[in-house]
Amino acid sequence: MTRRLENKFGALGQQGRAGLVAFITAGDPDPETSLKILNGLPRAGADIIELGMPFSDPMADGPSIQLSSQRALGNGGSMINTLDMVRSFRRDDDQTPIILMGYYNPIYRYGNQRFLDDALSAGVDGLIIVDLPPEEDDELCHACLTTGLNWIRLTTPTSDDSRLVTIFKNSSGFVYHVAIAGITGTRSADVEELESTVRRIRSHTTLPIAVGFGIRTPEQVNEIGRFADAVVVGSALVDTVKSARKEGLSAEHTADRVHVFVSELAAGLK
Amino acid sequence: MPLILDVEKAWHTYRNDETFLSEIRYYAEHYVGRPSPLYFAKRLTEELGGAKIYFKRDELNHTGSHKINNTLGQILLARRMNKRRIIAETGAGQHGVAAATVCALFDLPCVVYMGETDIERQAPNVFRMKLLGTEVVPVTSGTATLKDAMNEALRDWVANVEDTFYIIGTCAGPHPYPEMVREFQSIIGRETREQVQEREGRLPDVVIACIGGGSNSIGLFHPFLDDPEVEIIGVEAAGLGIDTGKHAASLSGGQPGVLHGNRTYLLQDSDGQIHDAHSISAGLDYPGIGPEHAWLHEQGRVQYVSITDQEALDAFQLCCRTEGIIPALEPSHALAHVVKIAPSMPKDRIIVMNMCGRGDKDVFTVADALGEAI
Repeated sequence: MTRRLENKFGALGQQGRAGLVAFITAGDPDPETSLKILNGLPRAGADIIELGMPFSDPMADGPSIQLSSQRALGNGGSMINTLDMVRSFRRDDDQTPIILMGYYNPIYRYGNQRFLDDALSAGVDGLIIVDLPPEEDDELCHACLTTGLNWIRLTTPTSDDSRLVTIFKNSSGFVYHVAIAGITGTRSADVEELESTVRRIRSHTTLPIAVGFGIRTPEQVNEIGRFADAVVVGSALVDTVKSARKEGLSAEHTADRVHVFVSELAAGLK
Repeated sequence: MPLILDVEKAWHTYRNDETFLSEIRYYAEHYVGRPSPLYFAKRLTEELGGAKIYFKRDELNHTGSHKINNTLGQILLARRMNKRRIIAETGAGQHGVAAATVCALFDLPCVVYMGETDIERQAPNVFRMKLLGTEVVPVTSGTATLKDAMNEALRDWVANVEDTFYIIGTCAGPHPYPEMVREFQSIIGRETREQVQEREGRLPDVVIACIGGGSNSIGLFHPFLDDPEVEIIGVEAAGLGIDTGKHAASLSGGQPGVLHGNRTYLLQDSDGQIHDAHSISAGLDYPGIGPEHAWLHEQGRVQYVSITDQEALDAFQLCCRTEGIIPALEPSHALAHVVKIAPSMPKDRIIVMNMCGRGDKDVFTVADALGEAI
């Protein structure tokens, strides 16, 4: 198993703070800008990078991330380009963990073992494949773990205790908890509810717990970072890419804007 | 995932439950109008000069297609699961109308997701759904067609697990949907078996149906799978031609993949990105095919062929002229293949084709294709 995630969470534990996971879609809005964004994320304050593998039908994602996939695919995004980005990033950074997130079909077309081998050698640390539940562990999960990549799973507020046992059977690296915003109650009540869910998840696993979905501001990052081991921000980052693109900013300025936002988010955790 | 497991559990509890099945039978008879007739198409048979051609008249069902066989079964299951809200996806609008219909019948609120592109080309069905009290939500994401409507419905479902049941219209999607849709649609094949034996004293030589996702065809085929003497043919939509890339033929022109929770043949590029299907018939416009069809294809039990837009249009007109039946463009594809094979078959051979929908919804499309203004 690659060690970068373990090392990172170990270091965060020593610093006594939660980590920031920054999500961007590979190739969004174009390969050049996307690589600039990626390369500057650690310096801006991202502790872990989650790189989306663009897909035409991302049914578990909201409109922001779907649009980012469409921008990437419209400008030549592909699995080969995604892995090239990681390879290029690793030339200067061998510490920051990179997780690939996406859907199974592009991997299946690429060839499962070929993909796992290429991802490992490119410098990837783990995978989150949202449309492969534990019932399908024979598809890719076992081979992924054998290859030496982490298999990171999602939990949701509807994952009950018996489901959590199933979920954690073959997972490693960390847990990604989906904090779907409740439709009732105030935001603070939601955070309370979230905290108790995270506590419940902790009773089932020793893995670090990252919380994501619907987290957009430094205040939210700070609040959730008090009880989670890491906080994931995704849609808000790709929305920044979108608005920069709309204003016609250059690759450099687009990347700058994303990095400034990431540093604001990270400030909530220091 | 737990919500899919709940559906599976309920399905296994009720699939052989006599009260459940008798309730389906009651509505199928008195509301839908089953059994649908098995009709000997005499003039068409004479015109083609070969095998005897029968139509299984599922276009005579309430709402005008086979889709209601399935929505009826699923809503009765949803009621048993105490779900208070129904969602569905639709392409051409036939499944949406069938879902809206049973929701009106059982007084449940219904939301149908439909691609914006499809809303434009299927305006009459959109209005029908509204009349039936259903909210039609336009889907603008992706390419704004059926697959995107299905993505959006899945998103809704995940966000509203507690009270919502998702009625999927085709034999695709995650387990147990393909199996459930097949069981509800198999009434087509079971009736056909009985009717043809009554009329002809034997099983047919060929059964044939069109395929988008494959719900009407699996319903006709399934009760004949263990009869090796019955040749089974599925007809995909070749659109402008398989080699043009503008088609909806997942088996003839697609590759194995995984989408919407099932492994099957998909229209996709070498990077695994899903492509839009093209067909003159909006109901065949799905970039995948039910996983059971993929299996039957690999086993060789069912022969899968394809028919172009133009061939379907010709068959559509032939059917209007010789039989006084305006067929939907979907079964016009199956009919076009009948036109190809019937003439060279001996006159004592029997073909049964599933007339799975009526063509009222398609008159604008056909007029447009024939260059006529109406």
